[in-house]
Amino acid sequence: MEFLQSIFVTPFVEIVDSPYFFFEVFFGGLMAGVMYSLVALGFVLIFKASGVFNFSQGVMVLFAALNFVGLLEHGVPIWLAFLITMAIMTALAFAVERLVLRHLVNQEPIILFMATIGLAFFLEGFGETLWGSEIKPLEVGIPNDVWFMGDAMIQQADVFAAVVAGAMVTVLALFFHYTRVGRALRAVADDHQAALSIGIPLNHIWIIVWAVAGVVALVAGILWGSKLGVQFSLSVIALKALPVLILGGFTSIPGAIIGGLIIGAGEKVAEVYWGSVFGGAIEEWFAYIVALVFLFFRPQGLFGDKIIERV
Amino acid sequence: MNAQAPASDKATDQVTEKASSALLQVNNIEAIYDHVILVLKGVSFEVPEGGIVALLGANGAGKSTTLKSISNLLRAERGEITKGSIQLAGQRTNDLTANEMVKRGCVQVMEGRHCFEHLTVEENLLTGAYTRGGASDVKSDLEKVYDYFPRLRERRSSQAGYTSGGEQQMCAIGRALMARPKLILLDEPSMGLAPQLVEQIFEIVKQLNENEGVTFLLAEQNTNVALRYSDYGYILENGRVVLDGAAADLANNEDVKEFYLGLSTQGRKSFREVKHYKRRKRWL
Repeated sequence: MEFLQSIFVTPFVEIVDSPYFFFEVFFGGLMAGVMYSLVALGFVLIFKASGVFNFSQGVMVLFAALNFVGLLEHGVPIWLAFLITMAIMTALAFAVERLVLRHLVNQEPIILFMATIGLAFFLEGFGETLWGSEIKPLEVGIPNDVWFMGDAMIQQADVFAAVVAGAMVTVLALFFHYTRVGRALRAVADDHQAALSIGIPLNHIWIIVWAVAGVVALVAGILWGSKLGVQFSLSVIALKALPVLILGGFTSIPGAIIGGLIIGAGEKVAEVYWGSVFGGAIEEWFAYIVALVFLFFRPQGLFGDKIIERV
Repeated sequence: MNAQAPASDKATDQVTEKASSALLQVNNIEAIYDHVILVLKGVSFEVPEGGIVALLGANGAGKSTTLKSISNLLRAERGEITKGSIQLAGQRTNDLTANEMVKRGCVQVMEGRHCFEHLTVEENLLTGAYTRGGASDVKSDLEKVYDYFPRLRERRSSQAGYTSGGEQQMCAIGRALMARPKLILLDEPSMGLAPQLVEQIFEIVKQLNENEGVTFLLAEQNTNVALRYSDYGYILENGRVVLDGAAADLANNEDVKEFYLGLSTQGRKSFREVKHYKRRKRWL
């Protein structure tokens, strides 16, 4: 009885008692969610255009951040470091197409998936070889103060991250809907063969999506890195993108965003109000339980492509 | 194998002679899937510039494979051409990619239409012009396609996946036109459509052929309609061309009437009898 009460009654009483605190927790969670969304976004881009589940997306975040911070340490100005890292991620896209994807065309999805696992390990090792493995602080001038809304504290850095993420999603959405290449990307996502039949070269499309995913990874890496420092555990955080994808749907960009927000806010709120019931640290596994429940009841996720079937 | 070698040489010789007249020449090609399954066993034919040529035959005769060999979509399905040559406007195209084929003016409209379901009809059409880069006349071509298919103009902003089968077929043909092709490979355009709609689509194909000078190679099971709208026909059976001739001649050929049009000298026969008869008598 006491147990039930601590699940169904006490937390809600606490929320009503101090709404500002709840708001603070909720908002902080949303902002963590933005980060998950950015990583998930990279997954979705590649998955949509090539059907490849890119396990290395998380490591790409780390790799991009490592390059960026490494360049900064060598005294390269921020804007130049950003451009150079973008170029590196694009070069990586070319290399992946040329050395991996091209040779595995027409193979089972599981084989491509294994290849991306290999790529993840390679990038992790390569990044470490290039830039060393210590935690690097990243300072790019993101505001670090807090705002107060009533009694609730809001980190300016969080708001900044949200704005950046929002801007990036908007740009991507415009790109996908109003440019020739964007349309081609969606066409390839819909039907590979038909895309081939009208002369869309799949190799180019792969390079483009991997490059775009690389840039998304870079942005995510900079935002994460300036919050936590650039360290190797970044690639583990990226695993949180998996439940986000299951929740939002593997093929939906808005799904990746909203899924990330739900997971981020959900796990923070759950941790603060329900954590003690389960002995704490439920933040670690809350997202996966949500994903599991979703797999039971709505496997295509909240926003996954509706399968159009004419009857 | 050895016995076939001289035959293929002869075929190549013929090619050089006729190189000037035909837009597309297929010379004795063999195609296999998965390195083992032999689907085409030496198919040869040609398509004159400005013509409409029909490839006829039953399920599994190799019509689709022939078209995919030409457009080089075969490789995306783990197939390959192991023998023979394909020439478009006198140039060998066996080793080109699908993208290069489209740039050279040869576009395939696939069986089952394959529209991009989540794109609108207009986006589908615009995607067809991908290989032309940012050409400025894409807009006027779009209008032209809408003039040929007024139905598409009405449905321009609907998601293609929610349009009817006929509209999807029109969308697929329109999309191919946007690449400004010289040659369209049309695979099974009548599939799953009401007879009236089939008639309508073939009528448009005829118009495109006459007004825009687009050459068509079509693969059809609907022999009746295909022979009425084409100039010349080839009949495929088991991966070989077994009969060819002007469309009018084929339509009057007794065997074709019997096998593919379901007619015989005694008038229309029941399908069961035709099938029975077919078991005893085969070409080749």
